Amino acid sequence: MEPHEHPPLPPAVPPVTRRDFLFKLGLGLNVIAAGFVGIPIVGYIASALFKPKAQQAWIALGEIAQFPPGETRLASYRNPFTTPWDGATADIPCWVRRKPDGDFQVFAINCAHLGCPVRWFPQSGLFMCPCHGGVYYEDGSRASGPPPRGLFEYAFRVRRDRLEVRGGQTPNLSEPV
Amino acid sequence: MNRLRAIGKWFDDRLALGRLYDQSLGHRIPFSSSSWWYVFGSATLLCLIIQLVTGVCLALVYVPSPDQAYASLEYLDYEQPLGWYLRGLHFWGSNFMVALVTIHLVQIFLFGAYKYPRELTWMVGSALFLATIGMAFTGQTMRFDQDAYWGVEIIVSILGRLPLVGEAATHLLQGGPIVGAETLSRFFTLHVFVIPATLIGLLVIHIRLVLVLGISEYPEPGKVVDPDTYADEYEQVVERTGIRLMPEGGGKDLVFSALVLMAIVLCAALIGPKIPNGPADPSLIHTVPRPDFYFLSLFAAFALMPPDLESFVIVYVMPLAVVLLFAVPFISRGGERHPSRRPGAVILVILVLTGLFTLAWEGVVSPWSPEMDAWSGVPVQPRFVEDRSPLEHMGATVLQAKQCRNCHALDGAGGKRGPDLAGVATRLTEDQLIRQVLQGGGNMPAYGNHLSPHEVSALVAFLTTLHAEGQAPARDSASWARSARESPGSR
Repeated sequence: MEPHEHPPLPPAVPPVTRRDFLFKLGLGLNVIAAGFVGIPIVGYIASALFKPKAQQAWIALGEIAQFPPGETRLASYRNPFTTPWDGATADIPCWVRRKPDGDFQVFAINCAHLGCPVRWFPQSGLFMCPCHGGVYYEDGSRASGPPPRGLFEYAFRVRRDRLEVRGGQTPNLSEPV
Repeated sequence: MNRLRAIGKWFDDRLALGRLYDQSLGHRIPFSSSSWWYVFGSATLLCLIIQLVTGVCLALVYVPSPDQAYASLEYLDYEQPLGWYLRGLHFWGSNFMVALVTIHLVQIFLFGAYKYPRELTWMVGSALFLATIGMAFTGQTMRFDQDAYWGVEIIVSILGRLPLVGEAATHLLQGGPIVGAETLSRFFTLHVFVIPATLIGLLVIHIRLVLVLGISEYPEPGKVVDPDTYADEYEQVVERTGIRLMPEGGGKDLVFSALVLMAIVLCAALIGPKIPNGPADPSLIHTVPRPDFYFLSLFAAFALMPPDLESFVIVYVMPLAVVLLFAVPFISRGGERHPSRRPGAVILVILVLTGLFTLAWEGVVSPWSPEMDAWSGVPVQPRFVEDRSPLEHMGATVLQAKQCRNCHALDGAGGKRGPDLAGVATRLTEDQLIRQVLQGGGNMPAYGNHLSPHEVSALVAFLTTLHAEGQAPARDSASWARSARESPGSR
């Protein structure tokens, strides 16, 4: 006997209202159960969208004495969303410019073009980007190259002689800090 | 022997392997399809298998967390027995897979094999192509080094240019508002679960379509695809000339696949894996991020296209290009298949490939990037400073100290962003040089605020000496006319 041959079905299948009901009930129960599984999964993945902005708190960059007037220096802050396994990626660099009159400007490290790290050249007073050649003046305004705007600037404040910034977000054109 | 055959039959009765063979490896293909041009699909499949096997092995050791990823790669490269070799196989396997899937796509396009009834095969194949590119990008991110970190920043910045959904897209990809641990975890999940699962699912459909619709016969000039008659004609061709894919038809596939495998093995053994270029530490900003070769053309395109066009290209042109790729079989549905009768298709392929390779080469050279260390590392050649006045010497020092060389070469040495200054005195007069230095323009920053008047005089004095011997420096035509009028005898 061939194993893949099935015995013929009984010729007349009676009208199956109960089977019909069970099929639809089963389908419905599965849809509900899938919702209980699926909706939390979507929420789990999309939770990245709802990280509380409150965490984007004021973060100390250092004593203001570290930033002499007339100079632009590299500083870094600890990402407020850090996890224990972040390693070095939680240290976010930024450029702190202290104007000769003592006022501050804090620039994101990311080029406004496509996010590469800009480098400061004090001799010529320019920020240059190594990726596509964006160049900015010392006040962060665009000097040349492809960037559509000047460098992104963090909000800052000075509390008890310490410079603090509102960080915790990769700046880009849809979220310019 | 009879006993062996009996055991075989016992299994075949239950697994129906003979029938499976008849419908798959043993299915009949047109004799003309057994061609050296038809070997790229199977070779891509072989690469996928290598990637799956080596990828699973690498995942035994690799740690997808930013604080450990680099250390685990170092461990793979230098301590885990044969870890370097498996990384090499995976790296070269990915290079070959991207290359072969691209060649496969181009060959199918040139041979018109996407035409009726194989539209869906083409579309699923296009999705496979995109999935392969996605694997390549997420894979280069697994090598969580400086290039990978800034590569992610670049992708985030590209997504950030999308209107309305830009913020949500960047947060979803980053796993939050900033690049960090969850970002690497998300890329890892995409690279080892999501995209491979999608890819295998698509591949099952792709192969199913190839088996159901049959491999396209080798194109002949003058032979036209007509949806009304094609199916019958193809059936006749298979009936008349059909051979089994294995063993008669697939010998060339086997030979080519073996050659590809040997090439991957050789590259892995002799060249080895790509060594990560330093741990992903954003505070080490002395870095020059560059993508792997498959993204160099995109990288270059973003440097070379007019800046005002970039967001338009990201939002409209790139999605449109993907839509067009999928729509190919509906734009050109029937008609001639042979490339000699489809010059438009051939020209398109030549233009696209030439464009991609030219851009990729530009990406390697990156002439638009300032050479960050040129000002301190590339000296002014002696012949440019010999027999010059003290003022001109000071000008040469200014040229060096103010980072001019980062963008301007002197006779080829230095940055390529701006024009080479070796002959600048023949192009610009003294007044024009002063204006250019102070006010910038033509993509050059203005230096007015950062050069003192005496530095400008010195710099311009030096620049006016930069002309080839025997070649006159540029002159103001008005002043030339004036001097000619004042001393008519000299002319």
